[in-house]
Amino acid sequence: MTVKLYIDAIRDAIQEEMRRDDSVFVLGEDVGVRGGVFRVTQGLIEEFGESRIMDTPLAESAIAGVAIGAAAYGLKPIAEIQFADFIMPAVNQIISEASKMRYRSNNDWHCPLVIRAPYGGGVHGALYHSQSLEALFYHVPGLKIVMPATAADAKGLLISAIRDPDPVLFFEHKGLYRLVKDDVPDGEHTVPIGIAATRRQGTDITVITYGLMVHHAMEAAQELESEGVSTELLDLRTVAPLDREAIVSAARKTGKVLIVHEDNKTGGVGAEVSAIIAEEALFDLDAPIARLCGPDIPAMPFSPPQERFYMLDPDKIAAAMRQLAAF
Amino acid sequence: MSRHSELGLADDDVRNMFRYMLLARALDERMWLLNRAGKIPFVVSCKGQEGAQIAAAFALDAKRDYVLPYYRDLGIVLVFGQTATDVMLSGFAKWEDPNSGGRQMPGHFGSREHRIVTGSSPVSTQIPHAVGVALAARMRGERLVAYTSFGEGSSNQGDFHEACNFAGVHRLPVVFFCENNKYAISVPLKKQIGCERVADRAAGYGFPGVTVDGNDVLGVYAAMKEAVERALGGEGPTLVEALTYRLNPHSSDDDDRVYRTREEVEDAKSRDALIVFEQYLLTEGVLSAEAVGELRKEIAQLVDEATAYAEKAPYAPPEEALKYVYAE
Repeated sequence: MTVKLYIDAIRDAIQEEMRRDDSVFVLGEDVGVRGGVFRVTQGLIEEFGESRIMDTPLAESAIAGVAIGAAAYGLKPIAEIQFADFIMPAVNQIISEASKMRYRSNNDWHCPLVIRAPYGGGVHGALYHSQSLEALFYHVPGLKIVMPATAADAKGLLISAIRDPDPVLFFEHKGLYRLVKDDVPDGEHTVPIGIAATRRQGTDITVITYGLMVHHAMEAAQELESEGVSTELLDLRTVAPLDREAIVSAARKTGKVLIVHEDNKTGGVGAEVSAIIAEEALFDLDAPIARLCGPDIPAMPFSPPQERFYMLDPDKIAAAMRQLAAF
Repeated sequence: MSRHSELGLADDDVRNMFRYMLLARALDERMWLLNRAGKIPFVVSCKGQEGAQIAAAFALDAKRDYVLPYYRDLGIVLVFGQTATDVMLSGFAKWEDPNSGGRQMPGHFGSREHRIVTGSSPVSTQIPHAVGVALAARMRGERLVAYTSFGEGSSNQGDFHEACNFAGVHRLPVVFFCENNKYAISVPLKKQIGCERVADRAAGYGFPGVTVDGNDVLGVYAAMKEAVERALGGEGPTLVEALTYRLNPHSSDDDDRVYRTREEVEDAKSRDALIVFEQYLLTEGVLSAEAVGELRKEIAQLVDEATAYAEKAPYAPPEEALKYVYAE
């Protein structure tokens, strides 16, 4: 085990896979000489050269589309979209092409592609550098969506994503890059896609969340522990496909569920998690399913008080947990 | 010396090209008929563009190159190895359809075996894929050409421009082949592009664009051959624009009488590449009128057999629809 920053764990995953498999390469805006605007790919061009750490023209649909072509040919591209907010021009390529290549060719072609994109707010990113976009994609069969909360998961899930034979969207919370560090197993370390992780065992209430919110919810759970409320905390890790079994079992365990996500509420991942619980565990519940999410406004404002108003934090989560515990 | 010999094409080659043109036309016409008879729900036609397509495909190497065609490119996929039966299986949406197992509409080609990369309905999305194939092949040290084709309407899509620019920056071995058939469904060329020719657009991306008469099979072949040589020689991409005409409505669900005159269509028919090329082969003595008759008979029989086979072939069981969302 070595303690690593989230951002370094991502870089390690890319570097190790590129050393292991020469069909893996990176393409995106500023990923080469600059090492990425967040420096995720820093130093990689020196080791692998500009053909495998490729600075592309500023054109997201081409980044995705060229990567899809290379994946169909048999390589394993890791495409970086500089901010998740800028993925929109590539949505046609991701949804009409990558997600359907295997299906539409009746398993003749497939698309082993990873698209990495930093997402999330709380970093003064305003409307177009703060969005969470998982809900736009999680409706689409054929895609997998991974949103790790820890450095160990970031590395293990990214390696799994690179080795996955189908397209994977890998959303990295930019607030986690240099905030979170934890023990990352040395050597070969993979984490399976589609499996949630229990971060905390508890008996009174269950919190289900993912990404940065896992850390805020952990903090809130510690606070509630001192007030005598015991929290079960489930980190989804993968939002598509959802780990239905883990969701249902975590809900049944306490009978009181709070779903937390930074993304706005309507039609979010929480809606699906809630529906799964309602379908499979309704009569095990002791309280209505609760959701604490970003407000349904287009995006997060630049104004610091408004940004704080949008973002969830340990206090807001603790308040929602108390309310649920008291039901 | 005949024109085709000057281009390095043997008599057998041009006879073969003509045969493919007849086959594409016969399949297209049969599909259209089956649609009108209520047996095939949808058809999208290659009629009028076969000559340009087959000329383009003959400039490629089906064992070396990849093709990323668009929905009219029946001529391309036939030369790359799909059979009359394959085409009919796709028309009838049968399980054995090699493109998609009956999942996609006809004209949505794909076959790994034949190096035809799977395509979709949103136009131009295949163009960046061709660039990706070329990039990947270069990284692998494989010498090949990625060919992609599209209509002139599709040359307005961002994906066309993004892909051309990417290929231009990296001087990738891509041939962009625009089949300019003058209409994007109902909207004529003059309402589609602000410049005079689609080929003019290549200049913005730093590689040559050439326009050729799409009814001149040997002219298209010559332009394509040069583009392929440039690509293989490491000189980068070329945009080849073939001026063709869509003799049928856009699809079996379209009615072209509301947006173009019959006179215009009749005039285009008189310049059909099939007529022009047949005349050339007869004049050169490469084919006799009798041989053409035999060829037509042989192809009609082939299409009959393919139709009969495909009509009888089973559909995929309904539950098959659940398979292959992900690797299994």
